[in-house]
Amino acid sequence: MGRYILKRLLQGVVVVIGVTVFVFVVTRLVGDPVKFMLPLSATEEERAARRSELGLDDPIPQQFGRFVGDIGRLDFGESTYVRGEHSLEVVLDFLPRTLQLVAFGMVIALIFSLPLGIFASRHPGSWVDRTLTTLSLVGLSMPQFFLGYILLIVFTVKLTWFEIGPGPWYTNLVLPAVCLALPAIGRLSMVVRSAMIDELNSQYAKVAKAKGLPQRRVVGVHALRNAGIPFVTLFGWEVIRALAGYTVVVETVFNWNGIGFLAVTAIKNNDFFLTQTIVIVVAVLVVIVSILIDISYKVIDPRVKLG
Amino acid sequence: MSTVHGTDEWTAQESDALAATEYEESITGRPYELQGAQRGLLGDLVHDKLGLASAIFLVVLATSALLAPWIAPYEPNDGNLSSALLSPVWHGGTWAHPIGTDWQGYDVFSRLLYGARTSLFIGIAVVAVAGTFGVMIGLIAGYKGGRTDRVLMGWVDVQVSFPGLLLAMLLIALVGGSVYTVTIILAINGWMVYGRMTRGIVLSVRERPFVEAAELVGCSSRRVILRHILPNLVSPLATLAVLEFARIILAEAALSFLGLGIQYPGVSWGLDIARAGEHELFGNQWLIVYPGVLLSLTVLSVNLLSSWLRVALDPQEREKRFAATATGGSNAAAAGV
Amino acid sequence: MSEVEPVAAAPEVLLEVDHLSVQFFTRRGRVQAVRDVSFSIARGETLGLVGESGSGKSVTAQALLGLIELPGRITEGDVRWKGQSLVHDAEPTLRRVRGHEIAMIFQDPMTSLNPLFTVGAQIAEVLRQHMGMSKRAARARAVELLDLVGIASPAQRAKQHPHEMSGGMRQRVLIAMALACEPQLLIADEPTTALDVTIQAQILELIAEIQSRLGLAVLLITHDLGVVAGLCDRVSVMYAGKLVELGAAADLFARPLHPYTAGLLRSTPRLDVVLERLVSIAGAPPDLVRPPRGCPFRARCERATDQCVEEMPPLVAKEGGRHVACWHALDTVAV
Repeated sequence: MGRYILKRLLQGVVVVIGVTVFVFVVTRLVGDPVKFMLPLSATEEERAARRSELGLDDPIPQQFGRFVGDIGRLDFGESTYVRGEHSLEVVLDFLPRTLQLVAFGMVIALIFSLPLGIFASRHPGSWVDRTLTTLSLVGLSMPQFFLGYILLIVFTVKLTWFEIGPGPWYTNLVLPAVCLALPAIGRLSMVVRSAMIDELNSQYAKVAKAKGLPQRRVVGVHALRNAGIPFVTLFGWEVIRALAGYTVVVETVFNWNGIGFLAVTAIKNNDFFLTQTIVIVVAVLVVIVSILIDISYKVIDPRVKLG
Repeated sequence: MSTVHGTDEWTAQESDALAATEYEESITGRPYELQGAQRGLLGDLVHDKLGLASAIFLVVLATSALLAPWIAPYEPNDGNLSSALLSPVWHGGTWAHPIGTDWQGYDVFSRLLYGARTSLFIGIAVVAVAGTFGVMIGLIAGYKGGRTDRVLMGWVDVQVSFPGLLLAMLLIALVGGSVYTVTIILAINGWMVYGRMTRGIVLSVRERPFVEAAELVGCSSRRVILRHILPNLVSPLATLAVLEFARIILAEAALSFLGLGIQYPGVSWGLDIARAGEHELFGNQWLIVYPGVLLSLTVLSVNLLSSWLRVALDPQEREKRFAATATGGSNAAAAGV
Repeated sequence: MSEVEPVAAAPEVLLEVDHLSVQFFTRRGRVQAVRDVSFSIARGETLGLVGESGSGKSVTAQALLGLIELPGRITEGDVRWKGQSLVHDAEPTLRRVRGHEIAMIFQDPMTSLNPLFTVGAQIAEVLRQHMGMSKRAARARAVELLDLVGIASPAQRAKQHPHEMSGGMRQRVLIAMALACEPQLLIADEPTTALDVTIQAQILELIAEIQSRLGLAVLLITHDLGVVAGLCDRVSVMYAGKLVELGAAADLFARPLHPYTAGLLRSTPRLDVVLERLVSIAGAPPDLVRPPRGCPFRARCERATDQCVEEMPPLVAKEGGRHVACWHALDTVAV
């Protein structure tokens, strides 16, 4: 197992390097970072000066070398948006809020998708099942930011259950977490349903029944554990998608100060170093989550041979 | 023929069991499970009806989008404040602005039309570009195998792990947001799923005897690929392309929503939702809702269509299923005679 | 070889199948998988149920334990275990009986075990369910059972997962699991079909040995006449969902009464006879969605007459404990 984790970590490193290189190349070749670091009124000389100060005139390989060296020292450059602060610190400041949001949202998704999926699988074709499936489909088709606004309109504007603005963290967290969770519940419950139907139709489930085991054990122990395998995979992917994508949108809609929100602001303000940093941090997070998924795979399924 | 009670559960179970065996690597949230639910409603008829309705909706939408420059009553960015915030016709407005105007005086109907243009065009364009590239890579990787395969799939693996939305945002910020840049960038982010799927199918198909036979007879690689392998790709690729189409529409909307996609003077539903969200959350919410509903309906129709396409396009599957039920004891066989 | 049992000393009848019918409701219509089947099994006896694919034998077996699931259903008849119905309002009885008084082993050892749990745990499970044993006691007993069915190093094997074992070994595990609660009837649904020929012989020997040791009744379902000949006291033959013949094994093989049985016996290849061509029964089984009105075998039978086309022959008792469903059974003059 230890060897496997090592291997995956190495793979992860490759990915992070890939991302970093990509960001590096793209930002230097495609745009001119200095253009936005100085006020519009800056002269060309001032720009040139800044450029050489940052070493942007040097040949690319040299720049890259320096870049890697900087990162090695965890110097991700100074953020221009948040004046003078180190990018990494800024990102780490905002990160906990995102983690809160994703954690809360995914827990909600987990709590609801499992029972709903199991219920639907045991009563396929029933009205509950059909309703669930239809709602899932609708949820899949709605863009998440629109869903966010709908939630806001219904619960904040019309029903005034929640208020926009500062308040205790748990009330503010509810709507955005629900917004994250709903489409995930839609997708995940469908997977649970399919997987459970498959498992309940399997030979071993029949054998378990023939053994005289009560149905709740056949469903809850035998079938569920097998269905857990695809579920864990997809749940892991949901978490990754949330981290790497959805938080950006959801945080923007709800003005939630996490790294998604930060990313948008950084990009819009052309804060080049900060953006770079966010992308790298997110890539690292994604790698960590993937490794965790793979490990939990092995825990559930003894057949899996890792390495 | 005679359908008796119990059919609902059976077909639902069967469809889902079949569908569930096809877990794809990419998460496109495909609604295959819907088949089971729909069949449960009234059998095949309703299923086809929904597919049909979706197809009709999309055709109407596409036609309107195509003809937008001629049928839109106004330019999308042409408004003046004196005609701001007019209500739609059913709330007391006039037919001059059938769905009203926003706070800048822009005609909502025109903007919806042009937004459709943007979404549909980008959807198709990205699928075309990403699909072509991805399929090519997949064919090469699958057919050549060995090191080529490993290298190419390694590339896929690495790129798949990239935080796509963030990178797209970054790129757009650098090159500016227009229909063309958005298309290219979304294609860069989205070709991998075609590559993986193509490669998977090629790998499984080329093991089959008829390919080996073709090679033995002396067919060139290119011929083998084109004549023998490609036809097996058509059906799954078509389904994937349709689902990707839906996903791209949502992706573009999200980017535009964030202000990092289509920007003024371009028109996009996502952009409109963002603008309205900022401005009219506590006011005229319909300005947020209408583009959103249209966007959702479009994606929903595409998803429904893909569900229907899947079954319709797979004659082998249909035939197999039918044959299974056609021979006398085989449903008993299903229970293990 | 077993002789025909004298009626006077008949052992207690445990299982009675009484005009059982099972149908599957599909989009094409109702598949009549089992039609009006009746037989019984007494304590300690081995009954073979023979038929080709699609004859309804597995469905019958599963119906006995209430394992038929949608879209199938028992539509008529009854199954009685020691007098109690296993079909009508039977949930409590079934729960008690399954795995405990009646145990079943299935055809495919590869998929019959849950891949995620150890073999020992799965055997222990049934012990804890029916005998209320503690976890430790059940695990210990599971190891004993593995030993009983001839698995070497049972303690180690108990901690393994199914995928770490061969097919033959898995089937032994399933047998151990079935025997765990000392059932009175073992239903074996094609227990050897998925195994190699050499392993087949071992498994059959194992079943025979256990049967004589525990006095177990066995319902052996198979399409293989060779398997039946070695093991069974009585044999029943099914065709297209109907029971067409029933009788003592040796007698039935020596003197088949139903043309289908005769056909089956004729078409079984023998190693001691040199044949130019293999013999088979011409034609194919009828469509079970619209079964023909008369005898299902008539299309393939040399002795068929108009009566065979019009009327379904009932299962008739003949002397010596034989039953046959044929208008022109082989002990009557051919028409």
